[in-house]
Amino acid sequence: MIDVIDLQKSFGDLQVLKGINMTINQGDIVCVIGPSGSGKSTFLRCLNCMEDPTGGQIIFNGVDIADMSVDINIHRRKMGMVFQQFNLFNNKTVLENIMLAPVYVGMKELKKKNPFPSRADKKKIIAEAKVNAMSLLCRIGLEDKANVYPSTLSGGQKQRVAIVRALAMNPEVILFDEPTSALDPEMVGEVLDLMKELAHEGMTMVIVTHEMGFAREVGTRLCFMDEGIIMEENTPAAFFDNPQCPRAIEFLSKVL
Amino acid sequence: MGNFSAKIAKFIEVLIDRRGYVKVLEGLQNTLIIAVLGLAIGIVIGTLIATVRVLPKYRRSVRVLNGACSVYVDFFRGTPMVAQLLLFYYVMLPLMGLHMSGMNVSIAVFGLNSGAYISEIMRAGIQSVDGGQMEAGRAVGLPFSTTMLKIVIPQAVKNILPTLGNEFIALIKETSVVSFVGAANLYTAFNYIGTNAYEFMVPYLAMAIIYIVIILLISFGIKMMERGLNKSDRRH
Repeated sequence: MIDVIDLQKSFGDLQVLKGINMTINQGDIVCVIGPSGSGKSTFLRCLNCMEDPTGGQIIFNGVDIADMSVDINIHRRKMGMVFQQFNLFNNKTVLENIMLAPVYVGMKELKKKNPFPSRADKKKIIAEAKVNAMSLLCRIGLEDKANVYPSTLSGGQKQRVAIVRALAMNPEVILFDEPTSALDPEMVGEVLDLMKELAHEGMTMVIVTHEMGFAREVGTRLCFMDEGIIMEENTPAAFFDNPQCPRAIEFLSKVL
Repeated sequence: MGNFSAKIAKFIEVLIDRRGYVKVLEGLQNTLIIAVLGLAIGIVIGTLIATVRVLPKYRRSVRVLNGACSVYVDFFRGTPMVAQLLLFYYVMLPLMGLHMSGMNVSIAVFGLNSGAYISEIMRAGIQSVDGGQMEAGRAVGLPFSTTMLKIVIPQAVKNILPTLGNEFIALIKETSVVSFVGAANLYTAFNYIGTNAYEFMVPYLAMAIIYIVIILLISFGIKMMERGLNKSDRRH
């Protein structure tokens, strides 16, 4: 589904990613771990071109999205992203947060078919998006929060809303950038549980995380990154029980 | 004091019996039209310029556009409004062979001028919004323009509303200079009354009071708007 070929990224003179190769298949749950400054977040952010790669290719469904001439917005709709800081839209209610992008895309497709769509057609799109958003909110048990603003939610609630906001676009893959690192400890569980559910439903996920237990339990593949390259790639069980490269051994001795 | 009540009597005579109030109402109307339309044009121009200024700078076209915006802002912030009015009315229009009324010129110049100031206010507002908001919008596949319009700018406006209110108040007060291009306003109205009553003390006092009343009303309105926009910060 995603083929990363010799991906490089520099910020000025600082080369953060030094040639990364990876293939992500349908249903994979790739956990990326590594010390801070190793480039794991930058790698994740390059996958949907939040950071424009300075070299290499990212082939998503046969298209090189690292190419600047590609309309990245179309591809991003199929790649959800969940941020460390949640980044819910502060000026929108919870429901509006989830509906915004689906309604935008729906309206756009409607206008492509018919430049002057009828009011009934527009209402239908909004109604469909609303039904979908409400069912997503029910799924995470926050249907009673539909009409409140994000500032009133707890961290765990915010992150779960952020995850279903990504789900509302029916993405083929979701990228998680340290989704639990900004949460209070007692809220980490609810977010990880939701991610586990998605994993069991077969969602393809790439997760940058410090939750080693979660990576071991849920991941189908584990990548250890340091100094801008993937130092070791293995199944989680094999990696944690028997790490090969010295940097990984050192890292695990500190975090486990 | 006897002298002062005589002056008031004279003022009232010109204001009411000799229909000075018509001039005052006309002046008040012009002042408000110029300030409101000027602010509206200024918000549109200012938002566009501010958006250009926060665009990532790696494309050459963006850098050129940025340069043009910065010349524009420097010109309108670096010259007094009177000079801009005079330049527009007596230099630009004749050179282009156009004719516009003093009123229309005033609206245009007030819009262009406030656009320059508002662009800086708006830029600060946009930069005050957490970068994650733009990222989240882009991550769900919304284009830059839509994210800007629906997510970033509404939050920016909320943050800069008090400063935007100051700009509106400054515009109201500055309308007194449009008499340079022959447009009626509050100053010309009370000047007319003073000329006809042969005394200026009471008319100018009345003019100042009207300005203060308008501006207090506007300040109150802005406070109400702020309260409305802050609803997303409150718990219920």
